[in-house]
Amino acid sequence: MNVFNDHKKLYSIAGLLFITLTYLTVIMPALQNQRNNAPLPGSVPLSGDALAGKNVYVAEGCVGCHTQQVRNVDMDKVFGSRPGIAADYANLKRMNVWQNTSTVMGTERTGPDLTNIGARQTSRDWLLMHFYNPRTVVPQSIMPSYEWMFEMKENPSKTDVVVNIPASFLEGKTGKVVAKPEVLQLYAYLLTLKQTSLPEGLTPMEFLYKKAEKAAATGSGKLSIDGKAMYAANCQTCHQENGEGLKGAYPPLKGSPVVNGDDLELYVDIIMNGYDPRPEYASMPAVGTNMNFTENEVAAIINYERTSWGNAGKKVTTEEIKKIMDFVKIKASAK
Amino acid sequence: MTNSFKKLLTTSSYIIFFVTATSAQEGKNIVGTNHSSFGLWLFAVIFIVPLLIIIGKLYYEFKMQVKANTALAKEGQVLKFTRYLKHLDRKQLGQFAKLKNRKDNNLDGSTNAKNVIALIILLTCSNDIFAQVTPASKPLTSQPGIIITIVLLLIPILLAVVFALMKANNAIRKYANISKEKEVGQFTTYVQTLNDPAIEAELLKRNDTADYNLTHTELGGTTLAEDSKGILGNISDKHTAHFTATKKKAITRPVLEPDITKLILWYLGCSAFWLVVGTGIGEYLGIKFVAPDTDHISWLSFGRLRPVHTNIVFWGWASLAMIGLGYYVVPMVSNAKIYSIKFGWVGLICTNIMVIAGSLCLMSGISNGGGEFREYIWPVMAFFAVALILTFINFFLTVAKRTTKEIYISNWFILSAILFTIVVALTAYLPFWQNGIGETIVQGYFMHSGVGMWFTLYVVGLLYYFIPQQLNKPIYAYSLGILAFWTQIIFYTIIGTHHFIFSAIPWWLQTVAIVGSMGMVIPVVAATINFTMTFKGHWNKVANSYTLPFFFVAVVYYFLVSMQGTVEAFKFTNLLWHFTDFTVAHAHAGFYGIITFALWGGIYAIVPRLTGKEPPQHLVGAHFWFAFIGLIFYVVPLSIGATYRGMLWMESKPFIDSVVVMFQFWIWRAIGGSLMFISHVIFAYNFYRMVTKETEPLDVTKEAFNQMELETPVAAS
Repeated sequence: MNVFNDHKKLYSIAGLLFITLTYLTVIMPALQNQRNNAPLPGSVPLSGDALAGKNVYVAEGCVGCHTQQVRNVDMDKVFGSRPGIAADYANLKRMNVWQNTSTVMGTERTGPDLTNIGARQTSRDWLLMHFYNPRTVVPQSIMPSYEWMFEMKENPSKTDVVVNIPASFLEGKTGKVVAKPEVLQLYAYLLTLKQTSLPEGLTPMEFLYKKAEKAAATGSGKLSIDGKAMYAANCQTCHQENGEGLKGAYPPLKGSPVVNGDDLELYVDIIMNGYDPRPEYASMPAVGTNMNFTENEVAAIINYERTSWGNAGKKVTTEEIKKIMDFVKIKASAK
Repeated sequence: MTNSFKKLLTTSSYIIFFVTATSAQEGKNIVGTNHSSFGLWLFAVIFIVPLLIIIGKLYYEFKMQVKANTALAKEGQVLKFTRYLKHLDRKQLGQFAKLKNRKDNNLDGSTNAKNVIALIILLTCSNDIFAQVTPASKPLTSQPGIIITIVLLLIPILLAVVFALMKANNAIRKYANISKEKEVGQFTTYVQTLNDPAIEAELLKRNDTADYNLTHTELGGTTLAEDSKGILGNISDKHTAHFTATKKKAITRPVLEPDITKLILWYLGCSAFWLVVGTGIGEYLGIKFVAPDTDHISWLSFGRLRPVHTNIVFWGWASLAMIGLGYYVVPMVSNAKIYSIKFGWVGLICTNIMVIAGSLCLMSGISNGGGEFREYIWPVMAFFAVALILTFINFFLTVAKRTTKEIYISNWFILSAILFTIVVALTAYLPFWQNGIGETIVQGYFMHSGVGMWFTLYVVGLLYYFIPQQLNKPIYAYSLGILAFWTQIIFYTIIGTHHFIFSAIPWWLQTVAIVGSMGMVIPVVAATINFTMTFKGHWNKVANSYTLPFFFVAVVYYFLVSMQGTVEAFKFTNLLWHFTDFTVAHAHAGFYGIITFALWGGIYAIVPRLTGKEPPQHLVGAHFWFAFIGLIFYVVPLSIGATYRGMLWMESKPFIDSVVVMFQFWIWRAIGGSLMFISHVIFAYNFYRMVTKETEPLDVTKEAFNQMELETPVAAS
C-alpha cells in the first residue's frame, strides 16, 4: 500500500480526515448555534458594574470551582427552576480583542453552581463577608479569601461600604473593613445571575432521572420533608448551624420571639418575603419566594426551628401554613 | 531520635485512624439509605464465594496434613525410620558417614511462630480491603459503568488477595510441620544410636557412589577459551551480595552529533525544570484544599494558580519533553539527519516564552475566558503555534529525506499529533465560531483534543519506538498500530462534547460524543494488545531494566484510564461523577500515569546514550516508587470521595455536606501529591547527574589513553 511509504499522501489524508471531522462536529454546530439562538426576550446584556464584575470573575478563575449550568437532570434542580438552554448563553460575545467569549459554564463543582445565585443569595452584607473570608459565615467552607479586595480605614466616609468582620478574622488589624470597587462589581455581577423566565407559551425542558416520590412511600406523605436539610440548604449560611446567628450581622433564631411566639403570619411572611426592621442586622432577602417554597417546605423549616437549639414553639401543620401563605402572597403583591 | 520517631508514629497512626473512622461513618450514612440487594448478591457471587471456596480448600488441606501426621505417628516407628533412611540424599549420606566417624553433628529446627503471626496479619489485611470495597458497591452495582470501574479497581486487589492466600497456604504448611518436629528429635536419636551393621554398610556404600562427580572438563578440556572476536561482554568477576538487583546499563551507541545532542538535552532540561515548578504549584494547591487560609495574596489565590499549574505541566513539562524526545526519535527511525537544528532552538525558546508569559498573565489576573487549558490569551498562545509549526516543518522535511522506504509507525503518530494540534489550536483561538454556546462546543473539543490528539497520540508514537528499542525486538504487529491510528482519529475527534453531557449543547452532538467514547475501545485495546504482546516473552527484561518499568506502567494506565474515560461518558456515571473530584483523579491518572511515566522512561532511555552517564540507579528506583505509590494515593481516595459526593448530590443533600465529606479524601490527595512531588525532585537530580560534567571520578585508563592519543595523533586510516 502506497500510503505507508509516501509521507505527502499519509499526512494529507490524516490531516484532511481530521479537519473534516473537526468541521462536522465542532465548527459547523458552533456556527449553527450562534446563528440560530437569540437571547430570551427578558434577558439584559451585562453593562457597567456588572460587566466589570464578570471580568473580575474571569480573572480570579472562579470558573475553576463554580459552574454556571443547570443540567436537565433532577439533581440540578436545587440550582435553578428550569434546565439551561442555548438561548441563555446567546447574549455572550467576545469580551475584547485579547479575551475570548466566556460562558463560564465550568466543569467542576468544588463549590455550588451559580446560575441562579442572584435569586438565591442577594444579601450584600453576607456576600461581602463571604468574600472577605468565607469562613466568617460558613465555617466548613474551603473557598479562598479575597481579602485584597478590601482595605482597612480608620474613618470610613459615608460613601464607603463598611463590612462587619468578626474580630477573630481581622488578625489583629484595626479599623473598619471597607470594600474596594472590584468586590462591589463582583457583587453586582452575582446579582445579575438569575434565570430568565421563558416567554409565554414555552414550557421548559423536563428534569430527567426524577427520584421516586419518597413522600408516597412513607404513607401520609405530608411532613416527610427533612426540615433540617431544608434549613441547612437555605437558612444555615446566615443563621448558622447552632441557630445563634452572627453577632452584628445575623440575628439568632435560638430563643427568638418570632420563632417561639404565636405570630405565625409574621413568621411565614419573613421566610417568604424577607425582613429588615433592625439596622444593626443585615436585611434578609425573600428566600422563600426566590426558592419557590411550598407550604410543606415552609412547615418543615418552621417545625425544625421551633424544636431545635432549646426552642420550644408549637408545631404547625401544613394546612395552617397553606392558609397563611395564600394571605402572605396577596400581601406581598400588594406592596 | 527515638522521641521524634515515636511522635511520627503516633501522628501517622492518628491520621490513619481518623480517616478510616470518619470514612466508616460516612459509609453508613450514605450507603445505608437505599439499595437493591442485587448488587450485594452480585458481589458475593463474583468475589466472596470463590474466596470462601479457596479458604475452605486451605482449611481442608490443613486438616489433611494434620491427619497424615497423626497417621504417621501411629505407624511403627522403626519401620518408618528405616523408610526414611532409604531416602537419604547425598548430603545426608555424607553426614551419616561423618557421624559414623564419631564426629558431632547438629540438626537445626526453625521456629514457626513468626509465620503464624504473618498469617493473621495478612488475613486481617485482606479483610480490610473487602471492607472498603463493599459499601461503594452496594447501591450502585446495577449500573454498567460502575461495574466496569469496580472490576478495573478489583483487578489489582484480587492480585493482592491471591498473594495473601499463597502466603497463608505457606503458613498453614509450616504450622502443620510443628507436629513433625518432635519426630525430628526422635529420628536424630535413632540415627545417632543406630547399631545395625547391615544398614550401616548399605548406607556407607551408597555414600561412596554418591561422592562420584564429573570433573566438568571432560568435554571442554582445561585450556582457557580465547574470545578473539570479542563476542563475550559484560563479564563480571565480582560476586558480592547486593541490596537491589543490578539494572542493565544503557548500550553505548554511536555518538550523535554534538549539536543535536545539545538541543535534545536543553529541551529535556527545561522540561524537568518546569515539572518541578509546575507540580510544586500543584502541591501547594492541594494543600489549599485542606488549609484554605494558607495565604491571602492575590497572585497566589487558588483560582489564579490552578490554571498556572495545569498549563505549566501541559506545555512546560510534557510538551517540551515530548518534542525533545521527538528530536531523537524522528531522525532515528527515518535514518536521516534532522532537517534544521535552528528550528529546534526557536521552538524551544518560543515555548519557554509562552509558559513564562502565560503564567505571569494568569497570576496577574489576565485570563482568556476560563475554558480549561485555554486560559492563556492568544498573543501568548501564538508563541506555541510558532513552535508547533516550526517543529512540524522540521520533522516533515526530515521524514521526507528518510533513507528507509516505509515511514515507521512512530512517525505516523508523532507528526500527525503536531499537525492535528495546530488545527486544534486554530479552531480554539479563531474568533468566528465562539459566540454563545458555540464557545462551549469549541471548549469541549479543545480540552479533549488537547489531551487525545496532542499528548496521547504523540506519546503512543514514542512508545512505538521506545518499547521495541528497549526490549530489543520488533513491535508485535504493525497492522494493529495502523488500526489504532485511524480509529483514534475517527473516534477521538468527535467526543469532546462528552464533557458537557446534559448541558445546553444540542443533544445530537452529545449522543455522537457518547457513541464515540464507546468507539475509543477499539484503538485503546488495539494499542494495548500491541504493546503487551511486544513485552510477551521478555518480562525478565523489565526487572533488569530501569526504563522498562516506566513504559510498562504507562501501558497499563493507558488501558485502565482510557477505559475509565469511556465509562465516564455513560449517562448514569455522568450523573454520579461529573463535576466531582472524580474528573480530577481521572485527569491525573491519565496525564501522570500514561504521559508522564512514558516520558520519564524515554528520558532515562536516551539521555545516558547521549551523555554516556548513567543516573544513580537506586535513585531511579526511588523516583519510580515514589511516583507510582503517590499516584495511587492521589487517585484512589479522590475517586472514592467523589463517589460519595456524587451520591449526596443525587439525593439533593445540602451542598456543604458534600464539602465536609471530601475533607478526609483531600488530605489523602495532599499526601499522594507530596510523594509525587518528592519523586520529581529526585528525577531532576537524576537528570542533573546524567548531564553534569563534574561528578564522575577520573577513569584512569580512559584518561591515560586519551592523553596518549593527544600526544601522538593517530593518522586517519
